Amino acid sequence: MNWVIDNVDLIWELTLIHLRQSVVAIILGFVLALPLGWLAWRYRAARGGILTVTGLLYTIPSLALLPILPVLLGTPILSEVNLILALTIYAIALMVRSVADGLGSVDASVRLSATAMGYGAVRRFWVIEFPLAGPVILAGLRVTAVSTIALATVGALIGIDNLGYLFTNGSQRRIIPEVLAGIVAVLLIALLVDALLIAAGRMLMPWSRAKRRRARRGALPLEVSVA
Amino acid sequence: MNLIAEAIAWIFSGDTGLLAPIPIALLQHLAYTFASVAVAALIAIPFGWLIGHTGKGRDIAVAISGAARAIPSFGLLILLVLLFGVLRTPEAAIITFVLLAIPSILAGAYTGFEAIDRKVIDAARSMGMTEWQILWRVEVPLGLSLLVAGLRSATLQVVATVTIAAYVNLGGLGQYILSGLPLRRFDIVLGGALLVAALALVLDGIFALLQRASVPSGVRADQSVRFAPKRSASARTAPAVS
Repeated sequence: MNWVIDNVDLIWELTLIHLRQSVVAIILGFVLALPLGWLAWRYRAARGGILTVTGLLYTIPSLALLPILPVLLGTPILSEVNLILALTIYAIALMVRSVADGLGSVDASVRLSATAMGYGAVRRFWVIEFPLAGPVILAGLRVTAVSTIALATVGALIGIDNLGYLFTNGSQRRIIPEVLAGIVAVLLIALLVDALLIAAGRMLMPWSRAKRRRARRGALPLEVSVA
Repeated sequence: MNLIAEAIAWIFSGDTGLLAPIPIALLQHLAYTFASVAVAALIAIPFGWLIGHTGKGRDIAVAISGAARAIPSFGLLILLVLLFGVLRTPEAAIITFVLLAIPSILAGAYTGFEAIDRKVIDAARSMGMTEWQILWRVEVPLGLSLLVAGLRSATLQVVATVTIAAYVNLGGLGQYILSGLPLRRFDIVLGGALLVAALALVLDGIFALLQRASVPSGVRADQSVRFAPKRSASARTAPAVS
């Protein structure tokens, strides 16, 4: 335990870096998955293509994707950008399906009513469809956020500092509390971000509490994080 | 792009220097993956079927698979290796892989049962089937494709974690990525990465085929009548992990 007390500053600094890397990836993934998920939901022809490509990207192990990205993009191999991009790709892959499923869960009669009341496609999406798809999308976002935060630690293996540094350093120096501290820190920030997302969901979608069961079903526990 | 050509040249040169030859590393990788998934399946499938059949304990299973997602597998691996000691690295690694594979397989087993129309099970019961018969003749065959989907997720997750396990000198294909980096031999790093990616995609493809084959023929015939004109083949085989 002494190690943790002596190194609180290091843990805190790495936690902030870790949060920054994962939050950027989560937000980017969410924003990019919205139009892709909408396309996959709206056009049957696009659905197979989009879900297959994102599924295949998700299949590639992170330690393999991390060195491939800089070659394709020309970024320096040790740059943090590679990690954020890799995490964004995995986040998109997880989110696209939730967005498509969420939009699919909106009752067709509600959509027809909105159209009958004179809503155009854009306004109908933002005012009717997106909020009603919210609970399913939020369930997907929670899964994405938690697995992104856990996955980011792999960056330490190719020399990108975050909480994963506590694993590589702890392994080399055989300091068990250091590794344990890293795991606990990752779990805590995952829990924190998850709690924030739940709170945001309650604030933005006060009607969803009654439907929480449905939202939970939206997140089938089959989704996994790529280690 | 030039680097990709160099990486492919490295793969086919067969010159891995001090590292294990590629076929050996591939076999190690597959052996660790299949051994761990098999052990995890032996543990998770009975529990998953029990949860699916009785409908009890579902909330606990959901909570476990949710919490498991937040655990950094790399950290867990290092922790267990340090706790077990260097001499027992393979055991520590396999325990990590098994722990990681269990939630997906468990979820696949019970969601497979849950997805079955309750009327089918009521019909089986009213025909006089015993609970044991309902389990083996109705629930297991109908839930099989989602179970295979769970095995598929678990396998891919373990393949990814075995790659990371090269860090604790376990061998496997990850050793090229991790050993190439400090040497700045990016052809080796990229070659290793391409091999790992290819392995994952091939395994995913095999499981996609298995998943289709595991749908009972009666159900498949029914589906093709209802869905064939609408759904493209690619939509039906889209990976369950995404």
